[in-house]
Amino acid sequence: MAPKLPPQHSLQQSSTAVAGGQSHHEHHAQPKGIMRWLLTTNHKEIGSLYLIFSLVMFFIGGIFALVVRAELFQPGLQLVEPEFFNQMTTMHGLIMVFAAVMPAFTGLANWMIPLQIGAPDMALPRLNNFSFWLLPVAFILLLSTLLMPGGGPNFGWTFYAPLSTTYAPPSTTFFILALHIAGISSILGAINIIATILNMRAPGMRMMDMPLFVWTWLITAFLLIAVMPVLAGVITMMLMDINFGTSFFDAAGGGDPVLFQHLFWFFGHPEVYIMILPAFGIVSAIIPTFARKRLFGYASMVYATAAIALLSFLVWAHHMFVVGLPLTAELFFMYSTMLIAVPTGVKVFNWVTTLFRGSISFEPPMLFALAFVVLFTIGGFSGLMLAIAPADFQYHDTYFVVAHFHYVLVPGAIFAIMAGVYYWLPKWTGHYPHERLAQCHFWCSVVGVNLTFFPMHFAGLAGMPRRIPDYALQFADFNMLSSIGAFFFGVSQLIFVLVVVLCVKGGKKAPAKAWEGAEDLEWSVPSPAPLHTFETPPVFHRTHPSE
Amino acid sequence: MSSGSYYVPETSRWPILGSLALGVMMVGTGIKLVYDTGTPLMLVGVVGIVLVMGLWFRDVIHESMGGLYDAQMDRSFRWGMGWFIFSEVMFFAAFFGALFYVRTFAIPWLGGEGAKGVSALLWPEFIAQWPLFNPPDSAVTGPEQMFSPWQLPLVNTLILVTSSITLTVAHEAFKLGERVTCRNWLAGTVLLGCCFIVIQGVEYYEAYNHYGITLEAGIFGATFFILTGFHGVHVIIGTLILACILVRVWKGHFDNEHHFGFEASCWYWHFVDVVWIGLFIFVYVL
Repeated sequence: MAPKLPPQHSLQQSSTAVAGGQSHHEHHAQPKGIMRWLLTTNHKEIGSLYLIFSLVMFFIGGIFALVVRAELFQPGLQLVEPEFFNQMTTMHGLIMVFAAVMPAFTGLANWMIPLQIGAPDMALPRLNNFSFWLLPVAFILLLSTLLMPGGGPNFGWTFYAPLSTTYAPPSTTFFILALHIAGISSILGAINIIATILNMRAPGMRMMDMPLFVWTWLITAFLLIAVMPVLAGVITMMLMDINFGTSFFDAAGGGDPVLFQHLFWFFGHPEVYIMILPAFGIVSAIIPTFARKRLFGYASMVYATAAIALLSFLVWAHHMFVVGLPLTAELFFMYSTMLIAVPTGVKVFNWVTTLFRGSISFEPPMLFALAFVVLFTIGGFSGLMLAIAPADFQYHDTYFVVAHFHYVLVPGAIFAIMAGVYYWLPKWTGHYPHERLAQCHFWCSVVGVNLTFFPMHFAGLAGMPRRIPDYALQFADFNMLSSIGAFFFGVSQLIFVLVVVLCVKGGKKAPAKAWEGAEDLEWSVPSPAPLHTFETPPVFHRTHPSE
Repeated sequence: MSSGSYYVPETSRWPILGSLALGVMMVGTGIKLVYDTGTPLMLVGVVGIVLVMGLWFRDVIHESMGGLYDAQMDRSFRWGMGWFIFSEVMFFAAFFGALFYVRTFAIPWLGGEGAKGVSALLWPEFIAQWPLFNPPDSAVTGPEQMFSPWQLPLVNTLILVTSSITLTVAHEAFKLGERVTCRNWLAGTVLLGCCFIVIQGVEYYEAYNHYGITLEAGIFGATFFILTGFHGVHVIIGTLILACILVRVWKGHFDNEHHFGFEASCWYWHFVDVVWIGLFIFVYVL
């Protein structure tokens, strides 16, 4: 066993120290300027690239959402053609899912997983760079479809056939090819993350010693590798139906449009958890830090995450309750979906119990993490309502669904990303984020999010359908509130950009251990973290006796 | 666990060039499919990808032979290849899933069976059967007849199964240090791979010219070609990989300790073989 050492991870020696480090980091002729970013194999630089890309896409996707909200400010058609409205709803969803949320989590994984497990870099650094640079290629191609004859994708981000095959604009082929590139990026990125976690941990770090962000990403990467190929398969079938006369999704030739939905949601439901599991990991790091207590129920958090991931393969058809499934299928998917509330409940209870009798302080990361727990749970509850098949017959395709998934994605996934950014900014830049501005960003975001999405519950329950540019008069007030909230939320994200830019440029200096209660390995390296860390692997010492 | 000598490569230009080449190929393919032009662009992309792959692998081979990789790096490659094959499994699972769904649910329902039998109202004359010779709508022409699984498909099954065995023999010979034996069995494996591809080509020719099995021939043609087509592409890739490995064995790139490139290509080949057995059972026999 490792020699007895103080219960801190005492590895200052190894963090910066080149002592014992290998000579292959002599950095001969390191490229400068733009080339450095294009050719880099460094996990921190690639992590930053992912995060910057994601932020840019977050604003582009946000602008699309604001076009939608501007049109819906009042009933009737005012600003855009219905065809363009459809393109905006579609592109908003695609960009936010594939180009904003997923790359943001991958960026955080790139930056933090090697630091949290004491690895010198990702397991396959060149592949890492490849995974990133596929993304700009994919999304420039996807965005360019908006300028093509016939317009961009207009069939919703779920691109149900035959709307996306027989009745689709010609640009759909380019949409499919762009999605293929993005899918390759995700699969390769996930392979890299799994290899890193399984193979690159510091000596002495067992699986059950890993921080929860690492655990949740391990499971997320497994989900990505399992379902992104299914997405690739289904879009390939679309491509064949469009260009080669096959009948996969055409009943006239013996195929079935419902087959598309099964395949899509077999990908799509795990995809939902791909966008939330890393968020669980971030929140599970932040809450113990600022409650100054150990995370309650570490092992149960791990098992709950795994349980959610496994269940995610068994629930896909709850998105399809009204498509005409056999009764047995309705029942099976209803109950399996409700079952997910159990492990998710374990997580929420663990976070709350961690807070119980903690010495809580409310730094910006903690504010976002606490808002996450409350607001994500609201989204979880509306999800339970939607899981009830007979009730879903009423809710399906209404704004209630839109409210539900925006609650789990915006104050869920995106708040967790922002919490993670505020939490780790001192490690990245060596400076604390501006506290007042960050608080201002937080409160504006919380008010904006709830103003935007809470009224949608009511509009949806009253029957307002989603993805329609016009609506009946009785929904006017709710929609006006939503639109005001959306613009308020959108503009307040500029504060976030301001905080990040200020933090990169300067601010209050942060020590290696930037937060008093922070325990994980990343806080043992200096702030800002030098370009190369843990070139000599640290020896991991358990801070706490094993679980 | 980490040993302190993990090799982190310097900057590399292959990843970005590779993604650009892939982008060019995709744009070219899109233009080709939508506007029926753009083949040169597509080919430029393909050539770019092949070049980048060659140069990237060349770097890896140099690093490997330069002794830069330790046991930990070897494990990274193993995990990487293992999970990559898992992703391939899921890719084929989507197509098998489509086949099972259509055969178990969609077509019986169209024929009026079970809880969803109302879809039979669309085409009351339709009779459910598999292979589907009579697609519901007369606008779609079904296949005329299906291959007997006990002719070319059986031959191909025997070829692929044999090739898995010859490959294992080659690998075992390599581990015993019998390079010449290894090369011979490896060359035999590559040859069997080529035979498979040729026979599959003959079968496709027959399908289009004598059996009426085409991409347009309803759901049967669609599932038949997407499954056998992607499998065939994998056999081609696998054969090329094994040919490269053969050259590398010839050049003495591998030793008893370091030959994961060889092993990885074996994994891949066995995976392709297993997929074929699934295909033989579910596409041809049943």
